Amino acid sequence: MQNASQTVAADSADTIISINDLGKTYDSGFTALKNVNLAIKRGEIFALLGPNGAGKTTLIGIICGIVRASSGSVTVDGNDIVRDYRAARAAIGLVPQELATDTWETVWATVNFSRGLFGKAPDAAYIEHILRALSLWEKKDNRILTLSGGMKRRVMIAKALSHEPRVLFLDEPTAGVDVELRQDMWQVVHGLREQGVTIILTTHYIEEAEEMADRIGIINHGELMLVERKQALISKLGRKQLTLHLAEPLAEVPAALAEFKLERAHDGYDLLYTYDTQNESTGIGPLLDAVDNAGIRVRDLNTSQSSLEEIFVSLVRRK
Amino acid sequence: MINHRAIRAIYLFEMNRTWRTVLQSIVSPVLSTSLYFIVFGAAIGSRINAVEGVDYGAFLVPGLIMLTLLQQSISNAAFGIYFPKFSGTIYEMLSAPVSPLEVIAGYVGAAASKAIMIGLIILVTSTVFVEVRIAHPVWMLAFLVLTAVTFSLFGFIIGIWADGFEKLQIIPMLIVTPLTFLGGSFYSISMLPPLWQKITMFNPVVYLISGFRWSFYEVSDVSLAVSVGITLFILLCCLTVVTWVFRTGYKLKH
Ligand SMILES: Nc1ncnc2c1ncn2[C@@H]1O[C@H](COP(=O)(O)OP(=O)(O)OP(=O)(O)O)[C@@H](O)[C@H]1O
Ligand SMILES: [Mg+2]
Repeated sequence: MQNASQTVAADSADTIISINDLGKTYDSGFTALKNVNLAIKRGEIFALLGPNGAGKTTLIGIICGIVRASSGSVTVDGNDIVRDYRAARAAIGLVPQELATDTWETVWATVNFSRGLFGKAPDAAYIEHILRALSLWEKKDNRILTLSGGMKRRVMIAKALSHEPRVLFLDEPTAGVDVELRQDMWQVVHGLREQGVTIILTTHYIEEAEEMADRIGIINHGELMLVERKQALISKLGRKQLTLHLAEPLAEVPAALAEFKLERAHDGYDLLYTYDTQNESTGIGPLLDAVDNAGIRVRDLNTSQSSLEEIFVSLVRRK
Repeated sequence: MINHRAIRAIYLFEMNRTWRTVLQSIVSPVLSTSLYFIVFGAAIGSRINAVEGVDYGAFLVPGLIMLTLLQQSISNAAFGIYFPKFSGTIYEMLSAPVSPLEVIAGYVGAAASKAIMIGLIILVTSTVFVEVRIAHPVWMLAFLVLTAVTFSLFGFIIGIWADGFEKLQIIPMLIVTPLTFLGGSFYSISMLPPLWQKITMFNPVVYLISGFRWSFYEVSDVSLAVSVGITLFILLCCLTVVTWVFRTGYKLKH
């Protein structure tokens, strides 16, 4: 990479969905998305995490063509979702949050319908492959009406995959789904990812995001608050904090303790030490020795660990 | 580039719905038309003189076909697009790489096909009761197709506009059915008192029935050109509305 423009080109080749300054205000006057900027990387699994009403479904709806954006733009594989909607949408498969199926159709008919709708030539072998992967093959001639809720969700996944999308959106795929389907589904998702399909899923379950995703985005009140690699979040998660409650307040951290990068809190009554449990040595022993040598009297101490849940909650609460 | 596979998929999906409900979609209009023939054609018609030189039973045929054609076109198309909205499956249509025109072609094409099929079945059924003569078969088919397409479009618009089953039925019930009954399905406009003849001319259905009947018996209330003109005008109106609907995303996208 010699010059900047080449770097940009490399970056954009790496990005499959680019969301720029996206905003949405519904007709009711409610603003569901504010200035969202996000680049989804080709082939990654991205988890969008957020509480009810955060704007997850709205964001997905805009990218897929179900909701109109009020401002900003989105491109899918370089195609603008409004101007080049055909190319943009052809690349996308969507499994919406709500169950919605054609009651009277057979599984086979409805999945083949989806493929046709997306402009693909019939391919019975491929549809069979999907139905088998989702344990729907035995039900292929059943009317959807006769299927259980979990099976209907499988049908919706099969429909979304019927046209061999390069990007798959799963809007709360595991809501109200049993363990078996969940595992089936993750197997399918991992299989897709191996084929290079980009997957964006939303969930309320932090463990799920942790288990599945490469990157995690946290959204609340229509704002994207944090986007990080899962590893980065997990190392935050692996971090603990030791709090020393002092008998006498300190005006400043003594120079002798500089190497421990301590923080003062509570008007100098507390010293905070952050350490990584995944390191070989936590450094607590040397710290306590150094504190003792410096003649600082410790009344009490305690340790705490922030979970992803806490990171999430503190981010969400801040607003 | 046209996504012809999508048009085909929608069309076949809708036609499939017809076969599934064959009793309700085909048998019932045929049955009710047969009843009209028995009541009006055989029982009452035997006391009515020929209308403009055409035996009353035979005179009824084009009117009855038109009546059913309008009802069927509207209700098929309205229900076809309303139901996915109602059940939520519309999400797939909205997220698919299809243009509004392709969606319309699929739905309206299927609704019109079904209506035309029923129209032809009624035509065949009527030959059991009366002697039918078709002077201009090509014109007859042209009117059949044009009317079916126009009113399927109209039904499509109703289906998009409606946000409940009541709204879905209110326009066909309160406006279209009275207009078809008063539009000369069962009588010639010339049989009305002069004032009513004038008022009736505001009813667009008169022009449809008149032209259609002319293609059978060469008798009409208005000239052929006027009939064709008015039909095309209604078609144009529906096309305009439908284009506007999709351009604004009205009621389909938030
Ligand atoms: N059609 C609409 N008209 C007005 N407001 C809407 C509409 N759809 C959604 N909203 C509002 O926009 C906000 C975001 O909704 P959205 O469905 O995107 O949330 P979400 O993050 O998917 O929530 P959940 O986790 O419950 O699925 C909510 O406050 C919702 O009430
Ligand atoms: Mg949602």
